[in-house]
Amino acid sequence: MANATAAAALAPRRTWIWWVIGIAAVVPLLRGVVPDIVSDYRLFLVTTMMIAAIAVLGLNLLTGFNGQISLGHGAFYAVGAYVAAVAMEQANCPYWLTIPLAAVICFGFGFLFGLPALKLEGHYLALATFALALAVPQMLKYKWLEGLTGGVQGIVLSKPSAPFGLPLSEDQWLYYFTLTVMVVLYWAAHNILNSRSGRAMKAIRDHQMAADTMGIDTARYKTVTFGISAAYTGIAGAISASVIAFVAPDSFTFFLSIKFLIGLVVGGVGSLLGSVLGGIFYVLVDNSAQSLAQFIKRDLGLAFDLSAYTVFGVLLILLMYFMPQGLAGGVIRLWRAIRR
Amino acid sequence: MKSNRRTFIGGVSAAALVAGNTAAFAQKKYDDGATDKEIKIGNTNPYSGPASAYGVIGKGIEAYWKSVNERGGINGRMVKFVTLDDGYSPPKTVEMTRQLVEQEKVLAMFQTLGTPTNTAIHRYMNQRKVPHLFVATGASKWGKPKDFPWTMGFQPDYHTEAVIYAKHILANVKDPKIAVLMQNDDYGKDYWEGFKEGLGKDANKVVRHVTYEVTDPTVDSQTIQMKDSGANVFFNISIPKFAAQSMRKAAEIGWKPVQYLNNVSAQVSTTMRPAGFENVQGVITAAYIKDPTDKQWDNDDEMKAWRAWMAKYMPAGNTSDVNYVYAHAVSFLMEQTLKKCGDNLTRENVMRQAANHQKLRVPGLLPGITVSTSPTDFYPVQAVRLQRFKGDTWELFGDILAAEST
Repeated sequence: MANATAAAALAPRRTWIWWVIGIAAVVPLLRGVVPDIVSDYRLFLVTTMMIAAIAVLGLNLLTGFNGQISLGHGAFYAVGAYVAAVAMEQANCPYWLTIPLAAVICFGFGFLFGLPALKLEGHYLALATFALALAVPQMLKYKWLEGLTGGVQGIVLSKPSAPFGLPLSEDQWLYYFTLTVMVVLYWAAHNILNSRSGRAMKAIRDHQMAADTMGIDTARYKTVTFGISAAYTGIAGAISASVIAFVAPDSFTFFLSIKFLIGLVVGGVGSLLGSVLGGIFYVLVDNSAQSLAQFIKRDLGLAFDLSAYTVFGVLLILLMYFMPQGLAGGVIRLWRAIRR
Repeated sequence: MKSNRRTFIGGVSAAALVAGNTAAFAQKKYDDGATDKEIKIGNTNPYSGPASAYGVIGKGIEAYWKSVNERGGINGRMVKFVTLDDGYSPPKTVEMTRQLVEQEKVLAMFQTLGTPTNTAIHRYMNQRKVPHLFVATGASKWGKPKDFPWTMGFQPDYHTEAVIYAKHILANVKDPKIAVLMQNDDYGKDYWEGFKEGLGKDANKVVRHVTYEVTDPTVDSQTIQMKDSGANVFFNISIPKFAAQSMRKAAEIGWKPVQYLNNVSAQVSTTMRPAGFENVQGVITAAYIKDPTDKQWDNDDEMKAWRAWMAKYMPAGNTSDVNYVYAHAVSFLMEQTLKKCGDNLTRENVMRQAANHQKLRVPGLLPGITVSTSPTDFYPVQAVRLQRFKGDTWELFGDILAAEST
């Protein structure tokens, strides 16, 4: 529903997307001009935002457009990251090749998980995916896998540098790399959703029985959607392995899955743009919540010890209250109010 | 030539003056994070998440710098301690550390906590050449100056500690048959490797080696297996919950081996009391720091000073928590390191001074244990003393023991 209004509001002005991509592509080049504003650290931060955005996009395909809830996308993210790390460490696989590799393996993993998930709906599916999120970090520590995964110690990787002798720093290069992957995945998701298959996915979300009656193979669509969704999130994990240059079971706790869910709800369920906003929001607010908590304590001199999560929680509640349809919905409402 | 003696002298003295000036400038050298007024150091700690119990260390350190600043700072400079929450998540540690190093521009990172979290930033710190000092983990990999000249540990590492137990067993137990209980992760393995190394050719004296996962509910079955092996020595590599369980169970089933307990679980309040004092008499462990619940330190000057410091700067803190003694001790070492840097606050000099402590007495460490480092020795505290449980507290015995780690 939110998606329909979003599309309607933004459809005639498709050019804005090119503007955003253009700006995103030019800004890192300013690193040499204004190094204090466009620093390597900030580029790294934006890269992590884009990674989160891709992961949320994956979750949105499943939850927002197909109506299957998942509390366990951290598991697919972990699998993607580990596939990339193991391929780079054990097989000297170049980092860019880990993206399709992670996508294929996570698709298979998601597809297989989607089969039993067919029998589960709503809360039951939520619980099953929750179990997955809890189990995967434990499995990574498993004795027989330890030779590959490095057990609790994890795998230390090295950051890729720019190819073809391009005069870019590692962070600049990874920024462009992630941006490219994100734009391609966004475009692909957009096309899927506007095809017959996409309409079938949404029909299943809106009324499965009706979709069934219309001749949609709901079982197949649901499992394939699960696979695609897992592939998206796995790709995000694979990029994160290169960007963070380290993977360990502790990196993929259950909280990661919750983080994606927060990104999804805050950005806007069932909105592609919302996924991107949600990913950006999460990283941004998670960071600023801590600075804000410190600011309140140190500079305002208030005596109570605010935890960063308190601030984060308050921000989240305010946001849900004022923008119940997520950031994407809120932005569109604001846009309409201005135009009126 | 019109050059006379006076102009010559004038010229020389002017040159001397200029030279003198540059010498005066050369004395004050700063890298990022240091100025005439301030020294900025960074830290990450798990204030939230699964390891948040350790967050008190960060709070204790923060309080320590507050007390330093009230005393007038270090060589007239105030210490700004910026500590961020990483929730014990390695990617978050990378993010926070980069923020501290690249945006906040700290002079050094200090006491970053956790083994996986420090592993995630290990290479980064060394590529950036930023001091990564006195990290809060007992893994043995933090003292490798050849490969990682910018990283230094603090506490005796697990590996060294286990070597000491192994040697003590071989020297004191006649015909030892050893059973080992081990937590199945990097911490457990670090101990296990050290133990095997300490046993050397006697490694076959280990008759039973059982493991548990940190998520297991109990270790009862493992304890029974160890008893059935007929072992007469029990080396216990477990965290407090499982240490207490296994020692209690051993007593229940009538197994009475000589027991060695890893230092990780040596606290009276969290391990020995729950295990039942009657069940843990004679258990041996190694220690390097004074336990605040230990009554023998009640009249100890250092601990009295520590209690006064707690009362003033950490009034809400739990005075039976050994983590605060730890925080105080490690911050003291950092303070001494920065003090020795004088006005030469470059990152290189910070590392040089950190690797240049000779038998420094750090309050809170056990009597006789001092801190020594050198450009090839990046393990500040390397000595421990053995102690045996008697009544309701530990009793030190024997000499100071040290083992060179690999």
